[in-house]
Amino acid sequence: MAELIVNSATPGVSLQDAGRAGFLAQGVSRGGAADTLALAEGAALLGQDPCCAALEMAGAGGLFEASEDLRIALTGAPMQASIEGTPLVWNASHLLPRGTRLKIGGCTRGSYGYLHIGGGIETEQQLGSRSSHAGAGLGQILQPGTRLPAGPDQGTKTTGLRLQPEERFDGGTLNILRGPQTCLFSPEQIAGFESALFRRDRRGNRMGAGLTSDQVDLGSAKGLKVLSEVIVPGDVQITGDGTPFVLLSDCQTMGGYPRIGTVLPSDLPKVAQARPGAAFRFHFVTLEEAAEIEARAAARRAELPKALRPLIRDPGTISDLLAYQLISGMTAGDDLERNRS
Amino acid sequence: MALSPDWPRISALGFDGFLVSFGEHLTEAANRAALAFRDALERESWPSARESSASLVSAYLRFDPLRQGHAEIRALLQDLLARQDWYQAPLPRGRRLWHVPAVFGDTAAPQLGEAAAAAGFTPQEAIASLTERPVRIQTIGFAPGQPYLGELAPEWDIPRQTELTRQIPAGALAVAIRQLVLFPMPTPTGWRHVAQTAFQLFRPLGQDPFLLRPGDEIRFEPLEEQALPRLQQDPDGGARFEVIR
Repeated sequence: MAELIVNSATPGVSLQDAGRAGFLAQGVSRGGAADTLALAEGAALLGQDPCCAALEMAGAGGLFEASEDLRIALTGAPMQASIEGTPLVWNASHLLPRGTRLKIGGCTRGSYGYLHIGGGIETEQQLGSRSSHAGAGLGQILQPGTRLPAGPDQGTKTTGLRLQPEERFDGGTLNILRGPQTCLFSPEQIAGFESALFRRDRRGNRMGAGLTSDQVDLGSAKGLKVLSEVIVPGDVQITGDGTPFVLLSDCQTMGGYPRIGTVLPSDLPKVAQARPGAAFRFHFVTLEEAAEIEARAAARRAELPKALRPLIRDPGTISDLLAYQLISGMTAGDDLERNRS
Repeated sequence: MALSPDWPRISALGFDGFLVSFGEHLTEAANRAALAFRDALERESWPSARESSASLVSAYLRFDPLRQGHAEIRALLQDLLARQDWYQAPLPRGRRLWHVPAVFGDTAAPQLGEAAAAAGFTPQEAIASLTERPVRIQTIGFAPGQPYLGELAPEWDIPRQTELTRQIPAGALAVAIRQLVLFPMPTPTGWRHVAQTAFQLFRPLGQDPFLLRPGDEIRFEPLEEQALPRLQQDPDGGARFEVIR
């Protein structure tokens, strides 16, 4: 059985899949990948099920090695990656030959990068999932020498494919639904919330991300007395200081802060991937509009396999030929520099 | 409590969920209704339903709106609500009464004295008040397997501490706002630590990772502090249950 060997990993590296459903009533939130679109993209690149587990890398990756030839795919926040020093194109599939070292450094945009392997990572499931959930103490702990077994690779068997990723690394507009506690805020606050420009602040992890704005005060006297209630990923909690905190996949199952609304699932990758300073606006939509938006997002995910392109194209059509990789998805990486000097 | 014009209330909670709320404040009737309605949701077989849960006063349903639209699910929820007076509904069947040994006060639970004083009790009166009758698991949440228990006597309507306790141990029983919380794992908290159990509530590697169900009842049995090391030998911490008939 092929294994991905973790020689080193930053603390932000964890195993993630689509999460564990069915345990909300016992206090365990679904969890799973912070950027679920990146899971779908990796699955498309390797021609496998989007439920396959992958390594999620917050901020930076680590050093990895394959015990046998492994197909890999790199998605989500682009990171500096190389095999034995040869740079790899992000948002693409590659061959990681047995015994060679894969180095994944810091991200150049966004926050969460993903390393997928052919057959998916098949550690033992806990409560129906392989996702790490720090708050619940669930999931495989990664340390130097951890060997992650690959499932049977029944995918497309090919590598050297790429995808143009959907833009989601620099903030943007978040579509939001009204919820049971929207009425705790005044009409002026709701209007102000929708017109204000917010910036992602430094508070943030897999549980949620903080936003700030000096254009609106969302403090709610009524909200301080609300009973603890069910909370879900996407909920925009207004914390004691009147600033929004958007809940993400590892959020708790109940919470006592008032929530002004809930961001649509297809917009959550934007929240997770944003870096401090990224600009956001909120836009309220109706359930009918939300259904159209989510149906379109689901259709785009289903169409991902059709959007694959080979990494090697006709050189005549490539304007940035020298920046492009030419062999097996690899390049010496310094072609541009050498050309200039 | 009869059906009022405002309650129960159905609201969308995110794109893929509905929350059915039975009141603004925690009451016995609203909690009973939430538990019973969630139990009824679990027995329906709507093709788009994914999972359900209950908070103190609400039942939550997560579903796939691309498979069954919001209007259809809302109508199904309304039909289910109209089927009976949920505030009068019996609690879910198969509930259990747990007997859980607990050491009150001493070094094991250092805040019994101040919590008792805040409630206007002596420590002995506080122990009697917290152990004389069973308390219901009103909901499980926040952390895996963490029960909220109540409702306690009105004297226990004491606020949470403003300063957090840095780390309350697993198995701790803590009190505030007429409720008890039994902690499955060490955590910072504003609740006051009044007793210590050796009951492991969440066993991720076990056959049955979660022991308690919403609606179960727990009666705490006071023990001398010397008994704690012996209880800690057993993952159940000496707890046992009988099915409520």
